[in-house]
Amino acid sequence: MKNIAKHIYTALIFLFLYAPIATLMVLSFNASKTRAKWGGFTFNWYSRLFQNEEILEALANTLLIAVISAFVATVIGTIACVAMTGMKKRSRTILMGITNIPMLNAEIVTGISLMLLFISMGLRFGLGTILLSHITFNIPYVILSVMPRMKQLNPSTYEAALDLGASHVTAFFKVVFPDLLPGILSGFLMAFTMSLDDFIITHFTKGAGVDTLSTKIYTEVKKGIKPEMYALSTLIFVTVLILLLLVNMAPTKNKTPNYGG
Amino acid sequence: MEKELIQLVDISKSFDSQMVLDELNLNIHENEFVTLLGPSGCGKTTTLRILGGFANPDTGKVIFDGTDITRIPPNKRQLNTVFQKYALFTHMTIAENIAFGLKIKKKSKTYIDDKIRYALKLVNLEGYENRMPNSLSGGQQQRIAIARAIVNEPKVLLLDEPLGALDLKLRQEMQYELIRMKNELGITFVYVTHDQEEALTMSDTIVVMNQGYIQQIGSPESIYNEPENAFVADFIGDSNIIPATMIEDKLVNILGTRFACVDTGFGCNKPVDVVIRPEDVNLVEPQQGKLQGVVTHLIFKGVHYEMEVMAAGFEWLVHSTTLFPVGKEVGICVDPFNIQIMNKPESEDEEAVAIDI
Ligand SMILES: Nc1ncnc2c1ncn2[C@@H]1O[C@H](COP(=O)(O)OP(=O)(O)OP(=O)(O)O)[C@@H](O)[C@H]1O
Ligand SMILES: [Mg+2]
Repeated sequence: MKNIAKHIYTALIFLFLYAPIATLMVLSFNASKTRAKWGGFTFNWYSRLFQNEEILEALANTLLIAVISAFVATVIGTIACVAMTGMKKRSRTILMGITNIPMLNAEIVTGISLMLLFISMGLRFGLGTILLSHITFNIPYVILSVMPRMKQLNPSTYEAALDLGASHVTAFFKVVFPDLLPGILSGFLMAFTMSLDDFIITHFTKGAGVDTLSTKIYTEVKKGIKPEMYALSTLIFVTVLILLLLVNMAPTKNKTPNYGG
Repeated sequence: MEKELIQLVDISKSFDSQMVLDELNLNIHENEFVTLLGPSGCGKTTTLRILGGFANPDTGKVIFDGTDITRIPPNKRQLNTVFQKYALFTHMTIAENIAFGLKIKKKSKTYIDDKIRYALKLVNLEGYENRMPNSLSGGQQQRIAIARAIVNEPKVLLLDEPLGALDLKLRQEMQYELIRMKNELGITFVYVTHDQEEALTMSDTIVVMNQGYIQQIGSPESIYNEPENAFVADFIGDSNIIPATMIEDKLVNILGTRFACVDTGFGCNKPVDVVIRPEDVNLVEPQQGKLQGVVTHLIFKGVHYEMEVMAAGFEWLVHSTTLFPVGKEVGICVDPFNIQIMNKPESEDEEAVAIDI
């Protein structure tokens, strides 16, 4: 009895959480143009989507920004973690606090601040400014997923590598890096997802005429809702879902011994 | 004695204005088993890290085989370290772990394979090449850490409490293993421990440290039988440390009674401390003893009985295979050569230890 109640409860939660998205998904396959009635199953909107030049361009922008910003943020974030480990405990705690603030900060505040900063620096708004802002808000996510790995590290392993004759660089890449890798990978995926997902900050830092998928959807929807947008939103949702699943699975599958002579 | 291999000259080191090592001087000979022994926080690890190159001394020099290596980084030193927490590379197999140093030195594959086989044989873990470190027990991981260090043929092996994490039985086994390995390899061992029994069992030379100072350097026998001060006497095994007066050479006044002893050169009527090991206190019939007392405590310890005897206002710790029940009147005798005379401690910390007893 109790078990059934539990299942119903869980089902209800999922229903409320996912009903809007489920509706969206169903509608993206609806042949009828009105939302009110089901006109049969179709891939029409999806194919229309991939013929739309503007949307394809926005897609290209989105992917480009996500890949580059995630990569740069991963490099910077990992270096930051390495540096922070070398610090005294107090300075490290303070620094971790500071890195966490942008994540908790309202996105609109981050967006507007970045916009004002770019204006005052006299930068031209466009892909470059979007990229900069995405790198900025991605770094904390990387630090957040690399730092726990860093803390688990046995500090003697690095010294052991030096002791056996390795240079600092070799010791880092052969001994520390492999241990950090799962954290670095999930940090990268996390950053990639966040970048893909972002609307507000992008909205404030993009120039006129440059769009990512999320800002494109916003502009289109303002003009009137087209079923292509359902299809596009569905695609974004599914991609993000897959990425998040990957992030959650990444740390568990990292034990593959490779013996080389 | 073989020739001197390492000299630590006037090494001082402090962390955040806390003095950890103070003008430490130490000579280590070729093929010697040297143990740094002392209580927690006395600077053993710091000394070892200075030897390994992981810490820089504030002042002083590290001389290795005649050359000053104070500023040489760890990866350029002919020493290898076995770290306290094993520090194996967890994402590599045992073979890869052992091969790590050799690959960096660009040795040939056949050479490396031979070395891996040899090292695993030495540490009694043949056939473990393809296992992962996490699948090994603590003792096995420790052996791999040793194997990984010795394949590089260091002149000196530094070991920081390598047996600290093992249980008692395994620890004793590994002590013999380590001595065997050292004899087989013929290299110098610098070993850190805070376990006095371990130090006495394994070492050629024991360096007793306290609060960044060396208290005494000597063979296990001399450290045990002739401690130079109350700290050493107290740290190495149980002992009776009694304030006394040296009347003249070979005669000491202990608690108002004159005892013959064998030490000379302490001067006349000079206050000293005497150390008498509990197993050296002989209990006899009251009238036959130099001092008379009463047994106050009795514990059975397996090999012997441990008793406390109140005599001349001092609580004597006595180990004996003969039982004297609580409340029995006894006499105390001590052979002259079992009375060890020490100068009074000079620093306050040593004083504190002496009073504590
Ligand atoms: N990196 C460091 N920063 C600050 N203080 C340190 C550092 N390393 C050691 N110390 C201090 O130096 C003193 C000696 O430390 P050390 O590690 O040499 O002691 P130890 O004799 O090895 O003790 P244990 O038996 O507990 O390992 C301690 O008081 C310790 O707190
Ligand atoms: Mg230590």
